[in-house]
Amino acid sequence: MTKSQLIQRLADQNPHLYLRDIERIVDAIFERITQALVEDDRVELRGFGAFSVKHRDARTGRNPRTGETVEVEAKRLPFFKTGKALRERLNGEA
Amino acid sequence: MGTTVTRADIAEYVYEEVGLSRTETAGFVDSVLEEIASTLVEGETVKISSFGSFSVRQKEERVGRNPKTGVEVPISPRKVLIFRASHVLKDRIVAGE
Repeated sequence: MTKSQLIQRLADQNPHLYLRDIERIVDAIFERITQALVEDDRVELRGFGAFSVKHRDARTGRNPRTGETVEVEAKRLPFFKTGKALRERLNGEA
Repeated sequence: MGTTVTRADIAEYVYEEVGLSRTETAGFVDSVLEEIASTLVEGETVKISSFGSFSVRQKEERVGRNPKTGVEVPISPRKVLIFRASHVLKDRIVAGE
């Protein structure tokens, strides 16, 4: 399912809303989550999961093929942990 | 920095951006998450452009070990959800904007 298919399905369930508004709502949801992660905040969606940012310190790495040392910069990576309810649903336990 | 954003915060933002009623907006945020969840439960991948993709992976049974006691225990086959962030999301987080 792509974002446009998601928007279409939601439109089918909500015939009283304009497609354009549904699009704006879906975009706003992911924009708010993105902004939170940019600001290093955690996003907790009960039953669904939690988004957070993991920090990786700068380190000296090595190219495994050549053995050359390379400096790897510190970085921040988005991370998602599946919520308990969704994990159970995926496994047919709920 | 370091605070937790919840459904209510997301609904508030959507309310400010789109201008539907607060009640309808909150319900809609739930509908979006539920639509994504039920699609994943059916085994279908969900791709949100500029954000990332969610997919379900089947893990086979394997032997695990209790790290404290060293006792081997079978880990049952299970489905796990994988989130892969898009480059747009990764780049925005690295750039901090």
